[in-house]
Amino acid sequence: MTPKRKKRLIIILSIVLGSSLIVGLVMYSLNQNINLFYSASQIANGEAPVGTRIRVGGMVVDGSVKRASDSLRVSFALTDYEKQVNVVFTGILPDLFREGQGIIAQGKMDENGIFQAIEVLAKHDENYMPPEIAETMKAKQEAMK
Amino acid sequence: MRLRMPQWFYQLASPRWFYEFSGKLLPWFIAAAIILLSVGSVWGLMFAPADYQQGNSFRIIYVHVPASILAQSCYMLMAVAGAIGLIWKMKMAHVMAQSCAAFGASIAIVSLATGAIWGKPTWGAWWVWDARLTSMLVLLFLYVGVIALRGAFENAQSADKAAAVLSLVGLVNIPIIKYSVEWWNTLHQPATFTVTEKPAMPPEMWIPLLIMVLGFYCFFSVILMQRARLEVLQREMKTSWVQALIKSL
Repeated sequence: MTPKRKKRLIIILSIVLGSSLIVGLVMYSLNQNINLFYSASQIANGEAPVGTRIRVGGMVVDGSVKRASDSLRVSFALTDYEKQVNVVFTGILPDLFREGQGIIAQGKMDENGIFQAIEVLAKHDENYMPPEIAETMKAKQEAMK
Repeated sequence: MRLRMPQWFYQLASPRWFYEFSGKLLPWFIAAAIILLSVGSVWGLMFAPADYQQGNSFRIIYVHVPASILAQSCYMLMAVAGAIGLIWKMKMAHVMAQSCAAFGASIAIVSLATGAIWGKPTWGAWWVWDARLTSMLVLLFLYVGVIALRGAFENAQSADKAAAVLSLVGLVNIPIIKYSVEWWNTLHQPATFTVTEKPAMPPEMWIPLLIMVLGFYCFFSVILMQRARLEVLQREMKTSWVQALIKSL
């Protein structure tokens, strides 16, 4: 490499590193705002603002889903396996909503500590499998219990 | 320190050599792309098993994942080609970078569109402003920005330089897309395929996906070479070899 090319290489490297540094610092300072949702523990620890619209994410607790007989009102609990948050939602749930499924709810915390959701999104995990395998795995888990 | 680059590096710099060499490669890549894409799509869409939760809607993965991978690879190629063009003042590198931009923008749109179509039935929303989706949208804007910036210059050399600098600045977005699902809470799921662990998907699902990814890369190579060949002819219009080539047609 000639000295001229070397100099240009250094300039280019400093452009790339400099812009990465700037973006990195901006994102570091915005860290909490980039997170799409709060976990159940963060809400239980009072890290989430009360009264403004936030999202909470977690797993739907097994056996916690209760549907009203006369309306679309559903109540369920969300957990991150440490703390729980109770959620109430009126509306149509996504197809993937079920107990043990990860979901994200948008809404507000009310005074009683119950999360009033206005939108519920299902979070899909990175695991894919054919239905037959899922069934045999489930059967095995039942057998182990 | 004087670092010598290998012979092929300097050969690639010659537009004429590139034109002749890519002409020989092209039929092979076209054949490979047709075979891989047809085998992969038939296998993936018809014979691969459905997912236990999503059913058949997961099959969009066979377009969405290759498109997303390619959108990022194409950007990295564009930025590296731009850097080579800036450092070695190599015309061919700028031709390559220019040929990447339009394809990258199109494939990023494919990635975003297929993601939205999948998101509606699976998540319950077409679009969510989470870190993965937003950084992917930024990638599309970067492509559009590079194309627009290049178009804003009369002089080809200044256009090459400006586009290369912008694509290098935007390079920081690539690791953000990749790690967005690990650094922050996102609605988008983390990667199914990682280098260190075995895939969270059985082989009868990921083999057609791998075929599709390879097919997309071959398709990309075909489009890239075609665009670059056209660009070489346009830029070298006044040279004797292009004149001779046109006369011989």
